[in-house]
Amino acid sequence: MSAIIIDGISWALLSAGAFLVVIGALGLIRMPDFYTRMHPAGITDTLGADLILLGLMMQAGFSLVTVKLFLVGAFLFFTSPTSTHAIANAAFTAGLRPRVVDSAEEDTEIEDSGNKEPGQ
Amino acid sequence: MFTATVIALLVAMVLALGRLYMGPSLYDRVVAANAFGTKMVLMIGVLGFLTERPDFLDISLLYALINFIGTIAVLKFFRYRTLGDSTPTGGERP
Repeated sequence: MSAIIIDGISWALLSAGAFLVVIGALGLIRMPDFYTRMHPAGITDTLGADLILLGLMMQAGFSLVTVKLFLVGAFLFFTSPTSTHAIANAAFTAGLRPRVVDSAEEDTEIEDSGNKEPGQ
Repeated sequence: MFTATVIALLVAMVLALGRLYMGPSLYDRVVAANAFGTKMVLMIGVLGFLTERPDFLDISLLYALINFIGTIAVLKFFRYRTLGDSTPTGGERP
C-alpha cells in the first residue's frame, strides 16, 4: 500500500519536473531578449531539476543512490545561480543592454551596443 | 514514467539546441549550452533508473561539475581571450 503511495508521489514529482523543464525550454525559444531568456533557463535549473531529482529519490529509498542524487541536486542548486549571474554579468560588461519598450522594433544585437559605455 | 520524463527531457534538449543555433549573441548560446548541460545531467540520472543501473549517477555528478566549469571557462575566455592569465597584456582587472 505504501509502495503505491510512494510511486504516486514520485510520479507526480517527475511529471511536474518534466513539465517545468519543457516549459523552460519553450521559454528559451520564445522569449524576446537575452535577459528575459535567463528566466526560463533559471526555471529549468532550479525547480525542474530539483523536482525530478526528488522524484528519483522517492524511487531510490534510503541508499547510497539517494545520497548521490542529493549531491547532484545540491550542486545544481548552488552552481546554477552562480553561472546565471556570471553569464548576465559578462553580457552586461560586454555591452549587451536589456531591450526596452521604446526600442522594441529594432533588434538589439551585441554589435550595435558594443560601443556604449558599460554601466557601473 | 521514467520513459515519459526522458522524452520530455529530450524535447527540451532539442528546443535548447534550437536556441543554441539561433541565438543572436554569444551569451544566448552560453545560456542555451548551460541549460542543455543541466538537462543532460537530469537525463543521465533518469536513464540510470530507466535501465536499472543507478551507477549512471556518478556520470551525472561528473557532468554537472564539468558543465559548471565549462560555462565559467567559456565566459572567461571570451572576456580575456585567454584561459591561463587573468590580466593579459598588462591590462587592469575590471
